[in-house]
Amino acid sequence: MLKVTGLQKIYNGGANAVEAVRDLTFELGEGELVCLVGPSGCGKTTLLKCIAGLMPPTSGTVELAGQAVTAPPPDMAVVFQEYGRSLFAWMSVRDNVELPLKEKKVPKGRRAELVAESLEAVGLTRFADSYPWQLSGGMQQRVAIARAVAYEPQVLLMDEPFAAVDAQTRADLEDLIRQLWKRLGVTVLFVTHDIDEAVYLGERVLVLSSSPTVVQDDITVDLPVERDQLTTRRDERFTELRARVYAQIQQAKNGTGAAAPAAAH
Amino acid sequence: MSSQSTTSDAAPGTGADGAPGPQEAQAPAPAPAGRPRRGTASGAVRAGAKLLHVLLLPALLIGVYAYASANSDSYYTPTPDLIAAAFAELWFSERFFADVLPSLARLATGFALAALLGVGLGVLLGLSARVRALAEPVLEFLRAIPPPVLVPLMILLAGVNDSMKVLVIVSGCVWPILLNTVEGVRAVDPVLADTARCYGIHGTTRLRVLVLRLASPQIMAGLRQALALAIILMVISEMFASSSGLGFAIVQFQRTFAIPEMWAGMVLLGLVGFVLSALFELVEGRALGWYRGLRAANRGE
Repeated sequence: MLKVTGLQKIYNGGANAVEAVRDLTFELGEGELVCLVGPSGCGKTTLLKCIAGLMPPTSGTVELAGQAVTAPPPDMAVVFQEYGRSLFAWMSVRDNVELPLKEKKVPKGRRAELVAESLEAVGLTRFADSYPWQLSGGMQQRVAIARAVAYEPQVLLMDEPFAAVDAQTRADLEDLIRQLWKRLGVTVLFVTHDIDEAVYLGERVLVLSSSPTVVQDDITVDLPVERDQLTTRRDERFTELRARVYAQIQQAKNGTGAAAPAAAH
Repeated sequence: MSSQSTTSDAAPGTGADGAPGPQEAQAPAPAPAGRPRRGTASGAVRAGAKLLHVLLLPALLIGVYAYASANSDSYYTPTPDLIAAAFAELWFSERFFADVLPSLARLATGFALAALLGVGLGVLLGLSARVRALAEPVLEFLRAIPPPVLVPLMILLAGVNDSMKVLVIVSGCVWPILLNTVEGVRAVDPVLADTARCYGIHGTTRLRVLVLRLASPQIMAGLRQALALAIILMVISEMFASSSGLGFAIVQFQRTFAIPEMWAGMVLLGLVGFVLSALFELVEGRALGWYRGLRAANRGE
């Protein structure tokens, strides 16, 4: 479904050119939920922008369903970390969710349906006429999620969407993502710096090295599909996986693991 | 703008954000409507108190002036009652149609044209760095010319007529609108711009729903400055080679020593400015309700 091959991104600055991403290759199967985790400053956002078609890579390709991505593809939705800045403050919650559908020329009746369904799914039906800034941070991010869901994408990209919300809200939103993923069968790439979150959410966890970035490890999360904040996080397997990801990240930070495991690709 | 952290703790009912609970149902409460409406009786009292509050200083100032002018034998500072009488006689007569309406029409036309031109050019300049680099030096030069000195030129070019006066108003008003629009358009938030791109919002829709709306607080600030300028330029343009309008009338009264009438003209100008500014406030409140709410939320009110 989503295929990233030999992706490299160098920020040009003449003599000070910075290689943010060196050589990334990975693939997401249809309907997979994959978490991308890496040490801070490892180029996660750069990678995501390249995948979303918002930024051209220096070399390498991104393919969505066999089509090369050169501009934001119509089958992809993105949820950004900065919910406060990615919603239109002058539009009601409903209009925010509906706007991309209007641009997509979805007929009016179907539009109303999609908006209602997606707001229902994130539990914001009662707030359809509010403005985003009248809502709490977590609720604003729900609006952004509803907008992405209503768009009916094949691939949903999420760039550290819960980094700026409090811990309790975060747990609720994690469960919401799992639930939406199961229901819609959408392919999800979830970028995070939080190891627990990556293991709890993902079916697979890709560990990135520190910059210049390569894929350091690709871990299958063999936890049951039904997950629960209490029992899953207490699960022995969860602890093991978390420890493994943690070790990889530590290695990445110290720069020791960058060469070896990536060669597997 | 480091808004995302502030918004999260600013909005009410943030604490536990599960399925929106009853405490969150009150979240949309801090809507822009700031007028408390409790009992009608106490509401009337409050309205009265507010009116008193507003009128107190003007009344005091008029009182001081009345006292000073009554004790002065200067012919040039008539007492308020003389001014009021002149006011009533002058402006509730056909002079209203001869002077006041033409002035207001020029003001409205000039302001509207300046707004159109300023916002249009401003969007163009704001969106394209190349056009901006090309036009900026020239614009800076033109902006530095005080608009009143254009009056002699405009008389030559456009003649002694309404277009001359409108042109003078436009030439002065356009700058604050233009420059504010450029700044507003340039300051489009990169996250919002990325969001729009991801969701296929392009072209005129992008301009309409994203760029202009996001720039609207700054555009409004420019329009507000321009409105004040427009009144000044309206009067100035009418003081030269003119046969109608408030500026013409005031100069004429002064030259014929119709002093209370001259004062009445000044008072009318003040009132016109006051009313226009109040109207502007009203329009701005409607257009920027979201912006005020957003700012209040960010401040944690």
